[in-house]
Amino acid sequence: MKTPDTVTLHVNGRPLSVKAGTSVAAALRIADAPRMGMGMGMGMGMARRSVQGEARAPFCGMGICQECRVDIDGRRRLACQTHCEDGMVVEAAA
Amino acid sequence: MTIESPPTAVEHCDVLIIGAGPAGMAAALAAAASGARIVIIDDNPAPGGQIWRDGPGAHLPPQALRMREALTRCANVRLLCGTRVVSLAGAGALLLEDSKQGWVQRYDKLILCTGARELLLPFPGWTLPGVTGAGGLQALVKTGLPVEGERIVIAGSGPLLLVAAATARQAGARVLRIAEQAGLRAVAGFAAQLLRWPGKATQALGLANARYRTGTHVVSAQGAGRVESVRLRHAGRETEIACDRVACGFGLVPNTELGRLLGCALTSAGGGVQALAVNSLQATSVTGVYAAGECTGIGGSERALAQGRIAGLAAVQGSAAAHAHMPERAHWQSFADQLHRHFILPPSLKTLARPDTLVCRCEDVPQAALTGCSNWTEAKLHTRCGMGACQGRVCGAAAHFLFGWTPPAPRPPLSPARIATLASTALLPGHDGLP
Repeated sequence: MKTPDTVTLHVNGRPLSVKAGTSVAAALRIADAPRMGMGMGMGMGMARRSVQGEARAPFCGMGICQECRVDIDGRRRLACQTHCEDGMVVEAAA
Repeated sequence: MTIESPPTAVEHCDVLIIGAGPAGMAAALAAAASGARIVIIDDNPAPGGQIWRDGPGAHLPPQALRMREALTRCANVRLLCGTRVVSLAGAGALLLEDSKQGWVQRYDKLILCTGARELLLPFPGWTLPGVTGAGGLQALVKTGLPVEGERIVIAGSGPLLLVAAATARQAGARVLRIAEQAGLRAVAGFAAQLLRWPGKATQALGLANARYRTGTHVVSAQGAGRVESVRLRHAGRETEIACDRVACGFGLVPNTELGRLLGCALTSAGGGVQALAVNSLQATSVTGVYAAGECTGIGGSERALAQGRIAGLAAVQGSAAAHAHMPERAHWQSFADQLHRHFILPPSLKTLARPDTLVCRCEDVPQAALTGCSNWTEAKLHTRCGMGACQGRVCGAAAHFLFGWTPPAPRPPLSPARIATLASTALLPGHDGLP
């Protein structure tokens, strides 16, 4: 449902409406929640896979650790320091 | 404050302030009355720093809102959010980048208000999704991370644990345990001192939590691909608590990277951390460069505000006006001293990481690979520790605590930057600081 207080973006190919001001890091978790318990690393808003292939999710929350880097509108950006915007396309690691 | 059209390749201002937390906002407001052209940048999407981070899950104090409004009324202050420093760009200039472009920002005076980050120490399971910093959890919840109904254990050290717990509870989480590594005597001693800062005592009462345990530290987090439980140790006994999240932070570390790149001298500050050295006017060892707030040592937002005012006034008017704020700064410095005296990290925490625990999260370097190294340079050459995307900001601070290694010297770019931004300064005569 679209209201002035919400924005709608695409996270991993699916539309998602969130409150304005929500970070992409939070959106990753909101979009991922239905997959909780469905497999390794699922459900907690995985952003990337490590060098060894481990699932990693937002960690420091303040733009330091780089664990939450994802593809936002074709650019690599930090999910914790980016606000969700209407029409934004976010792709995390699968 | 004015809304800007896209900046050209080179911009000029009188005062450039890096960081729009309490120190940076106070510095901008103090300097603004002089009429100086001020630019204040922050890498977050909104001003406020970590403590006044805004978002759907945030409840900003009136002072934060007042200062934000005051900034918007200053026509000579430009606030550029979502903007980070990439590197130096010659004398009196920095290369900046936002989500769209890079440019060179020239300045006459520079005020560093780069804040602090959490000390995040490696323990088994700390890379599992669901493990965050303690302040990290608070920051994520403020910006809309849903934690309603989640079972959360908060661990580490310092007053931030209680603040993070309060934020999580307000958002509907069940905070099962707050594990403070400092012993009861130390925490009680700190609490007894708080009467000298009545505002802090009131705040502490509001944060009091029956789930708070002293002398308790994290041992490990475990789960299949995400956190399912945490083990805690208290008085030699371990207990396992089933939970969805573990938020663990061992205090704060000043962000000194930009200052060091500029050549600013460091000093050993409270809590055993390296901070930017400043004189009574908040001036660093580099002429024309000032520093205020947590990057000069951990001391809280009230101290940061006083320091910011002094730095802002000193940068535009000299020392006379700045002197008025020095007693206030001293009052909050003594609070910071109490904090450091009571929340000391014991050497026993150095054994949290097991041989197979990853110390460098960017390059997946286990602790065992580092035990044969004697310093940072060796570790980087032999294991790639600290050479990943975070450039050693997490593992460098951890290795400083674990092995006593001097944190890696910062190298440009200070943060991952686009090629187009890096290329833009290569055209300028006399540039330096680029790789």
